[in-house]
Amino acid sequence: MKEINMTALEQLFQAKIEKDIKIEPKDWMPEAYRKTLIRQISQHAHSEIIGMLPEGNWITRAPNLRRKAVLLAKVQDEAGHGQYLYSAMETLGESRDKSMADLISGKAKYSSIFNYPTLSWADIGAVGWLVDGAAIMNQVALCRTSYGPYARAMVRICKEESFHQRQGFEIMCTLMKGSKEQREMAQDAMNRFWWPSLMMFGPSDADSTHSQQSIDWKVKRYTNDELRQSFINASVPQAELIGLTIPDKDLKWNEAKGGYDFGPIDWEEFRQVISGNGPCNAERIAARKQADDNGQWVREAASAFAEKRSAKKAS
Amino acid sequence: MSTKEWPLWEVFIRSKQGLSHKHVGSLHAPDAEMAVSNARDLYTRRSEGISIWVVESSQVFANDPADSDPLFEPSQTKIYRHPTFYEVPDGIEHM
Repeated sequence: MKEINMTALEQLFQAKIEKDIKIEPKDWMPEAYRKTLIRQISQHAHSEIIGMLPEGNWITRAPNLRRKAVLLAKVQDEAGHGQYLYSAMETLGESRDKSMADLISGKAKYSSIFNYPTLSWADIGAVGWLVDGAAIMNQVALCRTSYGPYARAMVRICKEESFHQRQGFEIMCTLMKGSKEQREMAQDAMNRFWWPSLMMFGPSDADSTHSQQSIDWKVKRYTNDELRQSFINASVPQAELIGLTIPDKDLKWNEAKGGYDFGPIDWEEFRQVISGNGPCNAERIAARKQADDNGQWVREAASAFAEKRSAKKAS
Repeated sequence: MSTKEWPLWEVFIRSKQGLSHKHVGSLHAPDAEMAVSNARDLYTRRSEGISIWVVESSQVFANDPADSDPLFEPSQTKIYRHPTFYEVPDGIEHM
């Protein structure tokens, strides 16, 4: 049994976890807990940052000013969410610059969903409704995660994201009330984003390497499969209400389990996308690097301005 | 040009008149003024605040969590510091 070798500090730590007492930055924590959190929070932060790109693609082409203002606000939120998460990560002693460098070098991972292209305006609807919907499902659960700064960032993010999913669903509703072409466009977006959205919850519990330990530490409060099931149960009636078809011939309500049964997920596709071979991996990293390079002179100017101002104050 | 990481600032926001500033998070900026303007962009996108404080994180001095017990435990036994410790006879409504 593993408890036998537990040190006093570890026992104290685990006791706090059992009692749902949050772990705060200066508290003692096992190195593996710290590492797990750094990995998870940084990947989460990177996903927010990269997540701006597929939607940013449509800001200049939004169909009207209202949609444009909304999309702009949403993308700004994603930038903010990335910043909250990098801050939470820093409380664990990880450097933000190093983490961002890992993203640009391709060393760090982020959510596989953002490696799919946004080909039509309907994709912006599908991303808001399904991708943000899946993210919210995951993030609401994380509001109760055991690490204080991560939980607090999640609370704030969830509050802000509640409009993200609604605006996406509103786009889908509008298209489904439109012309035949518009309805087809919405269905096409649904067909392309449904399965990748289900993959966002990560590998099946049986194949997930980090799951059990993360559950024991209450870093994660629900398993990947539990969250995926909740997301499907919530999304199917929404799709049906507006006349969209879920692209899964095996999808069927299962009265006994009180949820939908669904067809097999193509995990080979997931593996390919997560290991760099998705449709847009290279493009996303290149865009992030370009943004970083183009921002270099701004950061330099800000530093120079700060030095000048400080010298003036001193004199 | 300098490539070193900008200092970290802790951000405190007063949400409305009459309430105290509350810690909301942290951010990086080259100086205090720019930290305030970054905090405005990052933490007040939805009218969350009317006043911002920033403090360089390295300037915050905190107690060692290892000392928490000797620091904070003694007050737990002094329940007579709370009004609920005292018995008030029936018939007395406000005291």
